[in-house]
Amino acid sequence: MITVVFFAALREQLGCSEIKIDATDAIKSVVEVKQALTNMNKEWINFFENNSLLIAVNHDMVDENHPVKSGDEVAFFPPVTGG
Amino acid sequence: MNNSIGKGTENSITSKSLDFVSVQANDFSLATEVAQLEQDNLSDGAVVTFTGRVRNNNNGAKVISLTLEHYPGMTERALDKIILTAKNRWDIGRVRIIHRIGELNLGEQIVFVGVTSIHRKEAFSAAEYIMDFLKVKAPFWKKELTEDGEKWLDARISDQNKAQDWA
Repeated sequence: MITVVFFAALREQLGCSEIKIDATDAIKSVVEVKQALTNMNKEWINFFENNSLLIAVNHDMVDENHPVKSGDEVAFFPPVTGG
Repeated sequence: MNNSIGKGTENSITSKSLDFVSVQANDFSLATEVAQLEQDNLSDGAVVTFTGRVRNNNNGAKVISLTLEHYPGMTERALDKIILTAKNRWDIGRVRIIHRIGELNLGEQIVFVGVTSIHRKEAFSAAEYIMDFLKVKAPFWKKELTEDGEKWLDARISDQNKAQDWA
């Protein structure tokens, strides 16, 4: 399984903070995680086409080509605004 | 020695265990934080601190309060990494970072960064660097309540530029 978590405005737009997806052979990187999510929820496509969305895998910020394997935690969130 | 305050943890990545990172709902005391930076630290002559607080205006709107959300686990790791990078760049002593979460009212403290060094230049530079990278790398998000309602704040290009200027 792969755990996917969402934060802030994205979490509210999706109405979801966490979802688990099967770690199939088709899922090699964050790109395929996004595809799996938008296949499950067609209306999510609009939110995931947002270029400014940030990605973290296991708490490190990465780009969408970063590999993903079973047990990983993948996070999607808007640009950060702390401080 | 036990130098922890609140729910923070001693920095796990940097070699000096006296560094400190805390993400907490509770307020903090500037005097206590400075005391922690100075205690048993007679080699550093410079102590630079920055405190960020909730102001009453943003983009022309009257702000009522802010609510801070973060990504537990990643936040602490991101802050530890920023400290490590600052320590690789400057010869600095102790670093303390506190960032509050939850609902914060006008005038309340949001963030604290404290850095010590032998002379002032390194502590000034490192404190600014740490704040600039906290702004763009640490997973915090602000939701603003104004007279017009609630709104997630957009990231500022100027903050991205400030961090890139250190490259």
